[in-house]
Amino acid sequence: MDLQSIVKSVRGAQPEALVADAAQEEHLELTPDRWREVARHLIDDADLQFDALMCLSGYDEGPEGSLAVIYHLFSMQHKHKLEVRIKVPRDGGSLPSVADIWRTADWHEREAYDLFGMTFEGHPDLRRILLPDDWEGHPLKKDYLTPDYYRGIPVPKDKRGWE
Amino acid sequence: MALSLVHKFDQDNVIVEKLDNLLNWARSNSPWFFQFGLACCAIEMMAAAAPRHDLERFGAMPRASPRQSDVMIVAGTVTMKMATRIKRLYEQMANPKYVISMGSCANSGGPYWQYGYHVLKGVDLVVPVDVYVPGCPPRPEALIQGINELQRQIREETPLRKVS
Repeated sequence: MDLQSIVKSVRGAQPEALVADAAQEEHLELTPDRWREVARHLIDDADLQFDALMCLSGYDEGPEGSLAVIYHLFSMQHKHKLEVRIKVPRDGGSLPSVADIWRTADWHEREAYDLFGMTFEGHPDLRRILLPDDWEGHPLKKDYLTPDYYRGIPVPKDKRGWE
Repeated sequence: MALSLVHKFDQDNVIVEKLDNLLNWARSNSPWFFQFGLACCAIEMMAAAAPRHDLERFGAMPRASPRQSDVMIVAGTVTMKMATRIKRLYEQMANPKYVISMGSCANSGGPYWQYGYHVLKGVDLVVPVDVYVPGCPPRPEALIQGINELQRQIREETPLRKVS
């Protein structure tokens, strides 16, 4: 099934879920608040059957832009793929968790939270997965400032005089 | 020194030697190292311990507990998260204890030496290092040379001399 048919199917099921001014030509762009209903539709609809979440990534558009999460979906039955993008605000952005719909999303959402700081509402165990629990900040955000010390250990070694 | 001990023992079954030298002889020929690896350097460390390079001919054998280890070979990239654990493991080792920093990452941060928030810029920021082995990763021969260098350092110690 090509993307236009998928867009039509999603629009029929959840008309308010699509971001109105987005092109929807190469990927679906959704609003965060209807994401769970759309996800249910994507996995349950007989013509779609996106039963595999191949990847979940976060990205940052920069200090003026917003944070976003990208879902890459695949259907084992129909062999078609789909990319879903959801943008959330930089500060305190949150979107619904789909960890109970695709189990893959569990750790991937923890990773996106760890490195970008968006929260996933309804996630069973939203803790940091890579960085230590007492780490401050979310390092892949573009306005992240590397701290001078972590538990008294200097982080960026003073390189003056080396170069 | 080791040779001279054996030589004296062969002659009349009696050894007259400084106790310092006896201790150093024992210590330098049993540098049991702590069996843990952090990155690709660990592969080379495993190769060094495996039969082709055979670290055990120098008395160095891997131990899985810090309580039984004399040498900590920091083999690989030390992240900030791991740095706190490395320090703790070092503190759990019994004296006398030595540290070999293996590879560019442990020496200075390696490819992460300038940028990046998560890599410790050299393990010597958290534990005292006795021998640095350069390379990325060092070949097993280089690690063996590092251990031989450590053995040479141990032989020059004076563990029983009074501190003035």
